[in-house]
Amino acid sequence: MTTETTDTIAKLDTEGLTLRSVNLWQITWRRLFRRRSAMVGLVILGTLIFIALAAPMLAPYDPTISMLDADPPQKIKARSAPCIHLLGCPEDQPQHIAGVDGNLRDQYSRLIYGSRLSLMVGFSTVTFAIIIGTVLGAMAGYFGGWLDNVIMRVMDVLLAFPSLLLAIAIVTVLGPGLINALLAIGIVSIPAYARVMRASVLTVREMDFVSATRSLGGNTYDILFKCILPNALTPLIVQGTLGIASAILDAAALSFIGLGAQPPTPEWGSMLGAERNQVFTAPHLVFYPGFAIMLTVLAFNLVGDGLRDALDPRLVHASS
Amino acid sequence: MIQYFLRRVFASIPVLFGILIVTFIIARVIPGDPCRSILGEKATAAVCERFIHEKGLDRPIYTQLFIYIGEVFRGDFGNSIRLSLPVTRLLVERLPTTVELSFAALLISIVVGIPLGVISAVKHNSWIDVLTMMWANTGVSMPVFWLGLMLAYVFSLLLKDTPFWLPPSGRISAGMSNDPFYEVWGWVLPESGLWSSLLVFLSRLNILNAILTANWDLLKDAIKHLILPAVALGTIPMALIARMTRSAMLDVLGQDYIRTARAKGLGKTAVVLKHAFRNSLLPLVTVIGLSLGGLLGGAVLTETIFGLSGLGRTLYEAITARDYVIVQAFTLVIAIFYVAINLLVDISYAYLDPRIRIS
Repeated sequence: MTTETTDTIAKLDTEGLTLRSVNLWQITWRRLFRRRSAMVGLVILGTLIFIALAAPMLAPYDPTISMLDADPPQKIKARSAPCIHLLGCPEDQPQHIAGVDGNLRDQYSRLIYGSRLSLMVGFSTVTFAIIIGTVLGAMAGYFGGWLDNVIMRVMDVLLAFPSLLLAIAIVTVLGPGLINALLAIGIVSIPAYARVMRASVLTVREMDFVSATRSLGGNTYDILFKCILPNALTPLIVQGTLGIASAILDAAALSFIGLGAQPPTPEWGSMLGAERNQVFTAPHLVFYPGFAIMLTVLAFNLVGDGLRDALDPRLVHASS
Repeated sequence: MIQYFLRRVFASIPVLFGILIVTFIIARVIPGDPCRSILGEKATAAVCERFIHEKGLDRPIYTQLFIYIGEVFRGDFGNSIRLSLPVTRLLVERLPTTVELSFAALLISIVVGIPLGVISAVKHNSWIDVLTMMWANTGVSMPVFWLGLMLAYVFSLLLKDTPFWLPPSGRISAGMSNDPFYEVWGWVLPESGLWSSLLVFLSRLNILNAILTANWDLLKDAIKHLILPAVALGTIPMALIARMTRSAMLDVLGQDYIRTARAKGLGKTAVVLKHAFRNSLLPLVTVIGLSLGGLLGGAVLTETIFGLSGLGRTLYEAITARDYVIVQAFTLVIAIFYVAINLLVDISYAYLDPRIRIS
């Protein structure tokens, strides 16, 4: 960050002190907006959320029906290349912006509906992992002793497996399917959050305001959730945003090898997996789903990196 | 240093024990009757009863655990259900593919990633920095399987009949023979045992074997086959390494001793390479270690796409075929590797930064 922008933030902050209070989140937003890469991430993310919400309006076809059952039925070859009227595709052919897949489904509609699944996968697995991870980490850090030892050694064992392999093993036990894949990815991501939470608890636990809460009669619940959790929130948010990115990648990988979402569900990873042997004859069926996964993951990575910088206390200190 | 080393080794024993238990549990909680999944649906009750007694499956669960641990320590992983081969032999035959692939991927990611990171830190905010970081951000966001398929499409189909053509699958071309070096040298292999396993293992590392037997055509062919999978697998670690090198270098380059070094008249290259780079190695070691673990996971996908029968693909096939003996053994081997890598990272950390040893 150049000195000029630092100065403006400093000015804004001093104004804030005299006129109105500026809380951490306002500062964070401002910093996030200043970073070009984070803005790119936010724009992609916003577009994706819009596409996911407006999917029924944007998609020309039902993502799961074959073109033979469309209204009117279309005679079209399986895996035919994209046909876009604007780009010179004959008007008498039905328009398929991203072509049709091996089962005569409109690839473009499937791509649009896929955004719903991808976002859902990212948010639900990370929410699951954060909730369990913070509770475990908080217990380990707060109570210490043998409980700490047991919890953290279990986390160590979970971390001892490459995350994708452990997820594969868990899905094997539970049986393939989207829900089980989500559960597996959720379980695999728990240790990261447990560690972050435990570290925060250990640093905050001995501070004066915690002793003050205790002497004022606050119970364990008050101390854990009113004193310690807010202090652990920023690293958790950063970890969570970046965690969504890797959760989406892992879920796509599981679906790709057939352990996650099952056809005909429009999921990018399984769409790619179903057509992977056709990469030489119908590259569009492989290219678009993978590109969509990459964009989504990129958006979360950019926003996560931006948040990390924006929430960095050293930078907050430097600019206020 | 030795004391630190021993402490770290002892600290990883509980984790190893945990891994043993997890792999034991995976094989036990998998749904279905173990007898019929191994002997087939038509096995009669009497046959099953004998089978279960032979395998000790009717004993208490903790006895089974001890038997399992004992077997693992003897290096006996049982026989594969589907392939009816000893799993140890499968490991010796298929591990080399994965080792070669991961090593090549790591090599590419380090050789490309570190210079990129150093350059973009030195030329901070220049176009080369912006481009590198854009590439790095995209690189970490790409699904390995997609990148692999796209690389295969570009290099095997679009660039056909050009010198840049690369084969889309396999380890060596059909018709190319890969005689083990011990046979070429006229050694006679003992029937079994650690020594012969080791020799077979080494001879299956195609590039090493080609060099040992001075078979240059084979070497060229094997390298050509290795490029695409290695690039696909190495892209994510490459991006991570470039990013980490850049941020570590930026941290160090802003410090006073760098200015002092420059002020006393040292050349820029000397300062960057001797003073700054050495001090930014520490976080790099962590990233490289972590990437190695990620490589093992990514190997499942890369090997499936490029038709390589390595550890990852065998594991994946075993999972879909419900061959639990292989799943158990291969997961165990991978996890032990992972723990060993983490241990190495910790130890090199202590070696690079004396402060860690003392505290």
